Amino acid sequence: MSKKAESRNDSDSYVTADGRTIGPAVMEMRNITLRFGGVVAISDISFDIREGEIRAIIGPNGAGKSSMLNVINGFYHPQEGEVLYKGEVRKPMKPYQIAHQGIARTFQNIALFKGMTTLDNIMTGRLTHMKQGMISQMIWKGKAEREEIENRAIVEKVIDFLEIQSIRKTPVGRLPYGLQKRVELGRALAAEPSLLLLDEPMAGMNVEEKEDMSRFILDVNDEFGTTIALIEHDMGVVMDLADRVVVMDYGRKIGDGTPDEVRNNQDVIDAYLGVSHD
Amino acid sequence: MSAEFFFGVEVFLNGLMAGVMYSLVALGFVLIFKASGIFNYAQGIMALFAAMTLVGFQEGQIPFAHLFNAMFGMEMHHFGWHMNAFFAIILALGVMVLFAILVEKLILKHLVNQEPIILFMATIGLAYFMEGFGDLMWGSNVKKLDVGIPQGGNFWIEENTAFLGGDAFYGFYLDTLDIYATVIATVLVVSLVLFSQYTKTGRALRAVADDHQAALSVGISLRAIWVIVWAIAGFVALVAGIMWGAKSGVQFSLSLIALKALPVLMLGGFTSIPGAIIGGLIIGVGEKMFEFLIGAPLLGGATENWFAYMVALVFLVFRPQGLFGEKIIERV
Repeated sequence: MSKKAESRNDSDSYVTADGRTIGPAVMEMRNITLRFGGVVAISDISFDIREGEIRAIIGPNGAGKSSMLNVINGFYHPQEGEVLYKGEVRKPMKPYQIAHQGIARTFQNIALFKGMTTLDNIMTGRLTHMKQGMISQMIWKGKAEREEIENRAIVEKVIDFLEIQSIRKTPVGRLPYGLQKRVELGRALAAEPSLLLLDEPMAGMNVEEKEDMSRFILDVNDEFGTTIALIEHDMGVVMDLADRVVVMDYGRKIGDGTPDEVRNNQDVIDAYLGVSHD
Repeated sequence: MSAEFFFGVEVFLNGLMAGVMYSLVALGFVLIFKASGIFNYAQGIMALFAAMTLVGFQEGQIPFAHLFNAMFGMEMHHFGWHMNAFFAIILALGVMVLFAILVEKLILKHLVNQEPIILFMATIGLAYFMEGFGDLMWGSNVKKLDVGIPQGGNFWIEENTAFLGGDAFYGFYLDTLDIYATVIATVLVVSLVLFSQYTKTGRALRAVADDHQAALSVGISLRAIWVIVWAIAGFVALVAGIMWGAKSGVQFSLSLIALKALPVLMLGGFTSIPGAIIGGLIIGVGEKMFEFLIGAPLLGGATENWFAYMVALVFLVFRPQGLFGEKIIERV
């Protein structure tokens, strides 16, 4: 059997209670092990991310969540295991090549282009979609002009969606933290990714900002059908947002399932609340 | 109006054109700084190296001839051809692109995500390496560079402006080479501005300067961008090398024009292409007019040597980001 067929074994789609269609696996991690010298950051973890779902990765500090995201997006290359994307085994790739494959992400400590405006930052999200040559872009003619206008339209849609019209021309370095997080989400959205990775999208936010961000994440998933994998510390938020949750602790997977299943998993409770070892 | 006044105008025009020459060098710095946050110490040497390579091709010099002669006791110097200036420029450009690729492969690739100061140190090393390498390759003698741009005072302008002043005024004396340089620099600047503002590569370039990780995550190949930027900087160095080389000969002092670019950058800002131009013009005009109006009559002359640096110092104190640079914002 080919690898392609294998990965689509459990590919039966289903419809969630709120009417969204969850498709076959977009991304599948198989027995991933990642080491830094003697430190094992991720040890033998397998899970999948299905089309159209919100998949959360949770765990205490240092559990290896961000490392996992970095493996998916190509910043790290695991020593063992394989990554399947859209049913095919992915060769080791550079992060920028993976971006071209349709995986966009945000960072835990915001990584924006601080000197550029909100608009320009989000426009960079469209880079993977721009095909026109340098010269025609410079003289702003014909196809290049059409392409720029099309891309700009998509960017404007993203800006409207995230309600950041008023800061379009502001250099992002000047924006408050919460808005920067939103611009970063906008840049990832502009790429129209088939998989969107969010690394702690709500870290350091107040309750109100968290609610806004949650709403945006749900709306992105609902309106554009974007598949989302997110890392989050706030258990309450995760339980409300996610369709399925992977729980990691010390680089191992200790739980995987719906929020309810995970909530009642004894290992997970131990990891979060602590357990006496005597 | 008096001849004195027209002489002032002539000084002003010459200042403008000297400014263009400064801008050409400053431009190379700005390009690399914008795209990688590196202050490229080697920019002046790159201009020298590009000019030497061009002359070498034109004259049909054999690269490393002196080295081979010394090692194997041979007596060879020239291939014995004289290459057309146009082909020689294309070839020299090719060498600068090759140089960009090597810089990326041998230096920058290994320094991703390092502090700017470390990258800066690397360019210092690069500068000294290239200084020796250039001499080894093409010899350290003073060379004459001639790509067919006419030099000397422009008679047409002189004759046609002579009527403006009285008997004591003989018309504006403007060097034809400077006029060519002005036209070429203008074309270069306009295309570079269009490139960085309107192309996706230009946008990617600004993105890379801001954040390596984020740039990778939106699909920008750092290595490709660096090669492009260094190749363009090499191209600008070649143009600057041709202009300065034609003016004052190709020799080591050519690389010192980089020092004149520094005050231009302080004035115009390290990140602005138009800033490099305006800064260059202000410095060019400023130092000529200062010499003409104050320096020569009151201070005993030779103020041109230090005027630019003094202006830079004033700017460092009152407006460190320069006229057009991005304001430095640091959120705590």
